[in-house]
Amino acid sequence: METEPTRKIPPPPRKPLPPPAPAPGAAEDAPAAEAPKSPIHISLQNIHKAFGPKHVLNGVNLDVPRGQSVVIIGGSGTGKSVTLKCILGLLIPDSGSILVDDKETIGQSARAREDMLHHFGMLFQGAALFDSLTVWENVAFGLIQGRKMARAEAKDIAIAKLAQVGLGPEVGSLSPAELSGGMQKRVGLARAIASDPDVIFFDEPTTGLDPIMADVINDLIVKCVKEVGATAVSITHDMASARKIADKIAMIYKGEIIWEGPAGEVDQSGNEYVEQFINGSAEGPIQMEVFKP
Amino acid sequence: MNIFATIGRFVLALCAEVGRLAIFTRNSVWHCFAPPVYLRLVLQQMLRIGYNSLPVVGLTAFFTGGVLALQIYIGGSRFNAESLVSSIVALGITRELGPVLAGLMVAGRVSAAIAAEVGTMRVTEQIDALVTLSTNPFKYLVAPRIIAAVLCLPMLVAVADTIGIMGGWVVGTKSLGFNSAVYIKNTVDFLEFSDVFSGLVKSAVFGFIIALMGCYHGYNSAGGAQGVGKATTNAVVSASILILAANYVLTSLLFTE
Repeated sequence: METEPTRKIPPPPRKPLPPPAPAPGAAEDAPAAEAPKSPIHISLQNIHKAFGPKHVLNGVNLDVPRGQSVVIIGGSGTGKSVTLKCILGLLIPDSGSILVDDKETIGQSARAREDMLHHFGMLFQGAALFDSLTVWENVAFGLIQGRKMARAEAKDIAIAKLAQVGLGPEVGSLSPAELSGGMQKRVGLARAIASDPDVIFFDEPTTGLDPIMADVINDLIVKCVKEVGATAVSITHDMASARKIADKIAMIYKGEIIWEGPAGEVDQSGNEYVEQFINGSAEGPIQMEVFKP
Repeated sequence: MNIFATIGRFVLALCAEVGRLAIFTRNSVWHCFAPPVYLRLVLQQMLRIGYNSLPVVGLTAFFTGGVLALQIYIGGSRFNAESLVSSIVALGITRELGPVLAGLMVAGRVSAAIAAEVGTMRVTEQIDALVTLSTNPFKYLVAPRIIAAVLCLPMLVAVADTIGIMGGWVVGTKSLGFNSAVYIKNTVDFLEFSDVFSGLVKSAVFGFIIALMGCYHGYNSAGGAQGVGKATTNAVVSASILILAANYVLTSLLFTE
């Protein structure tokens, strides 16, 4: 058994960001006056999740400040994806509390969850584009199905969002199968930001891409998150990506957050687990289960 | 190995599966009736499930009708009852063979296609993507397929009944020497509305089973390509068995006075 790593209490956010700027075209839809929002957008408190005898999350605690980009790093099988799926409601935690805008989301009704998801966007690891639809229909899906927008209007927005991720309007009429991996990721990103969400989740955004395309995606993520003014939660094991897109980094190991702090401090974390992970070393407290004959 | 533990595990797994299927069925039926219904998707599925199944159902019915006429002629000749060929072909096709054979053929074709499509959507996270885009997968994926199958199967069976009887007529008149007018008159005289209607009721139930099994196994598939393959096989096998079981139950209900 490993010794309990020292937990670093995160300092307050380095620079309070201004409230998210409304996206172009959304200004008229915004309510005239809004109640002041909590500085913590999403709060995970003591989340536990087990699949049969396998305990994946063992008390995850994490606060995601509003308007910031939080990246959860960690090796394979440490509970990153399960954490994300718990926030989205795709998995239900066994115990604990998940607060979004100070509202408890565990046990909420299907309608309340659907309303909450209206404010979320998600970029999946494999892009998860619907292969029965064209590219523009994929991007406009949330607008047409979720928000009941007219197809013509939704198509215009979809083409604009595709342009935002560097894809021309001619791509809109293609089928997802005709696109390269990098283009699919960009379409996935366009779909995630199509409805100007308050929170965007990124699941391994650079996995499976060449280093240059990975950097292009990272730049696009930073640009899009800033333009939409959203809170971002990403999971990755790509440190180059984490350094680029994160305001705050949290490391998960064996279903617990073992360190969190500003992205700039990750190199001086003083945590041997984090140091081993960012250096990509096989030697250290994290031992992979590798059979040695 | 402890035999009681093995039996216990099997029983628990069976109970869990039945429970999962019951909850899935309840959710599916609820979303078939609760608005909104995606009409465009229902029509799209009707095209795939109904229209595209016409050739396979038509051919099956034609040859079955022909074979039935031959068999009844051979069997009937032992009792000097050859004249019954036309009426028995009509009864056999409309009551039993039309719905069951069309159901089994469509189960093979459509259950597999639905399970493969929905299963691939599951393993490539497209179903999770639907949820994150505020779209209920039951409403968007399951309900349109079930509605389409329940509507299409009776139509397919109506076509199968017609083509099956025609198959019997072709064999009867061209090969067995029946007079065409007499054959058709006997068919019309002996056939009752309830014969056709009961077959159509059965086929609507079969349509529900076919789409439900395809969706259920696809929705719960896991483990990549192998998982989708397993889901596809399970969908076809379970749909076929359930069709035959439901056929017995429905027949005993519909034909018991």
